[in-house]
Amino acid sequence: MTSAAKKLLMDPFSDNNPVTIQVLGICSALAVTVKVDTAIVMTLALTSVVTLSNVVISLLRNVIPPGIRMIVEMAIIASLVIIADQLLRAFLFDISKQLSVFVGLIITNCIVMGRAEAFALQNPPKDSLLDGLGNGLGYGIVLITVATIRELLGFGTFLNFKIMPESFVGNGLVLLAPGAFIILGLLIWAQRTVSKYVEE
Amino acid sequence: MREDTRTLVFAGVTCIVVSLLLSVTASVLKPAQQANEAFDVKRNIVKAFGIDISSLDRPGIEASFEKHVAKDKAGDLPIFTWTDEGADKASKYAFPISGKGLWSMLYGYLSLEADLETIAGISFYKHGETPGLGAEIEKPWFLSQFTGKKLYNEGTAVDFLVVKPGTPPTETSVDGISGATLTGKGVQALIQKDAAAYAEYFKSIKGN
Repeated sequence: MTSAAKKLLMDPFSDNNPVTIQVLGICSALAVTVKVDTAIVMTLALTSVVTLSNVVISLLRNVIPPGIRMIVEMAIIASLVIIADQLLRAFLFDISKQLSVFVGLIITNCIVMGRAEAFALQNPPKDSLLDGLGNGLGYGIVLITVATIRELLGFGTFLNFKIMPESFVGNGLVLLAPGAFIILGLLIWAQRTVSKYVEE
Repeated sequence: MREDTRTLVFAGVTCIVVSLLLSVTASVLKPAQQANEAFDVKRNIVKAFGIDISSLDRPGIEASFEKHVAKDKAGDLPIFTWTDEGADKASKYAFPISGKGLWSMLYGYLSLEADLETIAGISFYKHGETPGLGAEIEKPWFLSQFTGKKLYNEGTAVDFLVVKPGTPPTETSVDGISGATLTGKGVQALIQKDAAAYAEYFKSIKGN
């Protein structure tokens, strides 16, 4: 893999992370991170959607009429999300019930539209694929980190396996939205300290 | 003009492609989704009978449903009975409950013990309430409060209440959810409505 391609794929993991640097996709990062299994499924759903939408939009980038550019992008993204939601309902019913509206809300996740507008419209399909994959997984890393902390401190489990001793009492705060906010805030702080990123 | 035509054609083609794709996906996946929903109903009926289903897998729940649960008619209304192994008479009765919450319709099942007055269990399987607030109605801490409460007194439905958390507990009330008062009011209203609808039936079978 060339270094440019590697940069496309790996940058969103840390130095240009969509959640901790660009602060996008926060709503779902709070909502689906109570348990690690839902966070993983959400990561897979978002990564497939953003990767495929990047590729499709990149393929069409020279033929989409400028006047209806954004509507066409929305139609593509919305269709991919509906397909992902239908697949979850058919094959991962319980998790799709827990994710409830948040799979559908991938449509409004700024990361997807953001990558389409900022990257896929200017770049060839192969680069767009790597960019989509990187951003989806970059979002996923944050999601799974938050979920691991919340599940461990809240339930004393990891992927529903008991980790903490029997005497462990779960912390209720980390299971609620404010707990997720605090953890996410600490992660953003840590990330920006490491990357030396300053908001301009 | 050329440009406008191209835009219209592109929009038209996009619509056709996208709608074809979505309708094919929806119809191919429909049988699997319906099977999941049917199973979800069975699972919630078993759960409403007060059975701990957390240790049971899908075949286990299906088997338990087949073995113990029977569907019957209470006049025009459906009723489910639970028969213990080896017993020849039903020991619990469950009926569907439904009504308006804050944002959505709530659907669930409620079951009674053999005395036809005491609640054995309750479950909600479909709703669209706010996660973390109204959606707490499907959480064990909320549902377990109902077990052992009285729904009927001398064959008449009591005014079952969902009250503000912290109110002294009574035999005919449960704590509501902080931040989801209106969902709680909805639960209260639907339990009262459906309890009243089944009162006649339970009165009629009580003598037997």
